[in-house]
Amino acid sequence: MEAAADIAEAAPPARGARFWRRLRRNRLSFAALWVLAAIALAALLAPWVAPFDPNLPDPEAPLAPPGWRHLLGTDLYGRDQLSRIIHAGRVNLLIAGGATLGALVLGAVLGAVAGYRGGWLDQVVMRATDSIMAFPAFVLAMGITAAIGNSLLNVAIAIGVTQVPSYVRLVRGEMLRVREMEYAEAARTVGNPDRRIVLVHLLPNCIPPLIVQATLAMGYAILTLAALSYLGLGIRPPQSEWGQMTAEGASEIVTGAWWLFLFPGLAIVVTVLAFNLLGDALRDLLDPRMRGL
Amino acid sequence: MGFGGFLLRRLALTVPTLFGVTVVGFLLAYMLPGNPALVKAGPFATPDFVAEVERQMGLDQPLPVQYLRYLGALLQGDLGLSSSTGRPVLADFAQRLPATLELTLAALLIAIGIGVPLGVLSAIHRDTLLDHAGRVLSVAGVAMPSFWTGLLLIYVFFYLLDLAPAPLGRLAPGLQPPAAVTGLYVVDSALAGDWPALRSALQHLALPAATLGIAVMAPVARMVRATMLETLQSDFVKAAWGAGLPPRRVIYGDALRNALIPVVTILGVVFGFLMAGNAVVESVFAWPGIGNYAVTSLMTKDAGPIQSFVLFVALMYVVVNLAVDLLYGLIDPRIRLG
Amino acid sequence: MTAPLLEIEDLAVRFDTEDGPVEAVDGLGLRLAPGEILGLVGESGSGKSVTAYAVLGLVRPPGRVLRGSIRFEGRDLLALPEAELRRVRGAGIGMVWQSPRTALNPVLTVGHQIARLLRHHRGLPPRAARERAVEMLRLVGIPEPERRARQYAHQLSGGMCQRVMIAMALATQPRLLLADEPTTGLDVLVAARIMELLKDLGRRTGAAILLITHDLGTVAESCDRVAVMHAGQLVETAPVRTLFRDPVHPYTRALVAAIPRVDREVALEPIPGAVPSLLHAPPGCRYAARCALATGRCRQERPALLPIAPDHQVACFAAEPVA
Repeated sequence: MEAAADIAEAAPPARGARFWRRLRRNRLSFAALWVLAAIALAALLAPWVAPFDPNLPDPEAPLAPPGWRHLLGTDLYGRDQLSRIIHAGRVNLLIAGGATLGALVLGAVLGAVAGYRGGWLDQVVMRATDSIMAFPAFVLAMGITAAIGNSLLNVAIAIGVTQVPSYVRLVRGEMLRVREMEYAEAARTVGNPDRRIVLVHLLPNCIPPLIVQATLAMGYAILTLAALSYLGLGIRPPQSEWGQMTAEGASEIVTGAWWLFLFPGLAIVVTVLAFNLLGDALRDLLDPRMRGL
Repeated sequence: MGFGGFLLRRLALTVPTLFGVTVVGFLLAYMLPGNPALVKAGPFATPDFVAEVERQMGLDQPLPVQYLRYLGALLQGDLGLSSSTGRPVLADFAQRLPATLELTLAALLIAIGIGVPLGVLSAIHRDTLLDHAGRVLSVAGVAMPSFWTGLLLIYVFFYLLDLAPAPLGRLAPGLQPPAAVTGLYVVDSALAGDWPALRSALQHLALPAATLGIAVMAPVARMVRATMLETLQSDFVKAAWGAGLPPRRVIYGDALRNALIPVVTILGVVFGFLMAGNAVVESVFAWPGIGNYAVTSLMTKDAGPIQSFVLFVALMYVVVNLAVDLLYGLIDPRIRLG
Repeated sequence: MTAPLLEIEDLAVRFDTEDGPVEAVDGLGLRLAPGEILGLVGESGSGKSVTAYAVLGLVRPPGRVLRGSIRFEGRDLLALPEAELRRVRGAGIGMVWQSPRTALNPVLTVGHQIARLLRHHRGLPPRAARERAVEMLRLVGIPEPERRARQYAHQLSGGMCQRVMIAMALATQPRLLLADEPTTGLDVLVAARIMELLKDLGRRTGAAILLITHDLGTVAESCDRVAVMHAGQLVETAPVRTLFRDPVHPYTRALVAAIPRVDREVALEPIPGAVPSLLHAPPGCRYAARCALATGRCRQERPALLPIAPDHQVACFAAEPVA
């Protein structure tokens, strides 16, 4: 109903206030924000938050089911699972965050340069981007970790590489739009240096969709990392990570120790879910163009 | 421009993509640990002989030359040797492909069979309890790692309820696989009238297919809901309501027909999901497909299968996306008739 | 005076937006005699399209009809159950939509889209419906109607799509035709021909037409009577000649003064200000903020729509006879 839209747009309140009000109205997403804050805080303060030393076996309670002493039970060696999950969360968030941030920076720079300069540089960047996108992301990450080995850094690189194309495309598209716009043209004739045009005009347009993209990418990154580790391609003992802990728990399924595979997996589900919900809400709020995709 | 022009343009677009895919595949193969010459020469070869084999294989040549050799071998279907089975990777692939195909098709069936109606109902009954439930389901479906879903199903249906067989392969031990026609046990055993085998094949297929299906169903339902909502708000649907057509006609005749056209495009993405999921789900259920083959060869530091798997999946991905675009062109009169 | 075909009384439609409720239509009353052509005029956002949606019973959340009645052939459409309302839509009331290109289903042939209405509303067998559809296309002046009937919307020009829409709307011989900006997006010549066609077909089939437009020029050429809407409210209604010769409401006067003429090529920004936000609508006249004649009373009190001459009604304190 065009009429209603016209009317609704007639009197917009202050942008920031409106943004907060709408985010808060979407209760699920607002809850997701709190959940993420709690997870991040727990990971950051792991040594103080975790009830036990994650590597300290409790000889009296190997394979203890969830109870008052060990809320989420213990593993074969009697290590407290809650403490292990909290500590493992550091690795998950660190690698997923590092991969996402690295991909964001690299992708944004490549996209901006390719879009601004155009010509052969643009061609090379875009063809490389297309080639990477021709692979299903997880399969490519698998291949890369296989090729370069699975240290923490390498796993982050493998996950990051699969993410770079989405940022390149996003920023390049925005760059091309900005370049077409008159005000960029005007700024150039006045004699502004190139870099300033880019920063002043491009960034404000790019940041909202980049934030959305990065939030959603965090979810994918955690899932990819977990799956790689589950297969033995990602994080390996003695380092802990949720996917790798699930894999350890899987071998105890036949003994009926369900808590060992259930809870690390649940940690993944909750975290990914929170990132996805928040990303969706941000997308609706910040970038109406992408709505419903 | 008619469909012919569209076809040509789309085919031309595939060429640079294929080039890119083979370059990435080559780089991966080049960086992979393990010396293929060593594999070919055998474990007891002298260093001199290994060097000789290296020269024969062109491993001393500059990178572009090596790439051309790689491409040449690829065109002849030569994917190298597997150091663990000692056989050509291509032969190993051919042997395991039907298992992967069976799992993939079953999962696709589940994903589309549930995802499409779920998305449609969600959109029609927008903001009702059904819609909220459907959305929670599809959001959660995306967030669940497939290995975890698989373990959950195994724990419940195998360990607790004893309804499913042990997650080990495609048939109960002791049963002979049916005579190969399609390579899909379910189809072949039905064709052969081998009912015990059919029963066992279905039982073994159920959990892995459900695991993979759940992972893929979520994005399908989400996409269908989004396009359906958009279509329901389009001018021509409003016009159909305004013309007094009954809801059934408007929803299925006007809206769904249009909404499903963009949904075809995500079949490509779905296929990517399925392929990625395959590697994981096949490992969880010891399903003897190519994903499992690639993962196990990683454990033994066998470079051939893993890089072939990556390349193979990417090539399939390109082909599937091409097919999807052509299908799109065929069903949308705006493209078909130009 | 004959019994009206359509009679709208005190219609109010509200949209619950994120920033609060908006009364897009507020206390609207309209009468349309059989065979009459009434122009409903106003700027975009004045609520004229919403009025058409309300008549068709197509106001969907976040919008809802607050109060009022819409009587069509003596029956209150707002009180009809959905199933019966569907029989009125299409069969009794046809609609020509604003953007013909997007209002046609892109994956169905235009012939099929007309034929299915005939099958549904008139119970014609498929073959007869198809033939009648082709006939309708010929009636609205589409050359080679047999071939065109087998084509899709994207294969037709904008003007041709609008002709198809008109054929669709008239195929079931409705008593009332709603035409929502039927000439937007068409070039001037095509637009003139479409209007001519509408008028001609209206006269021939005896259907009354509610022509919704922002363009008073179009109204002058084709309508019998005009109703002017501003910010969801009716401000003046009169026979077309009276309205152009003797506009009373300041808003109507501004609109009439702004009609582009041959001697004045560019229409300048005609009326000061924009349609006011209805989010926190002032209690008084909604035109007060834009009106040069506004007094304190205008801002406090809402003027009622009162007759100043037979068949000429105005909602303005300045037009009221001094009591």
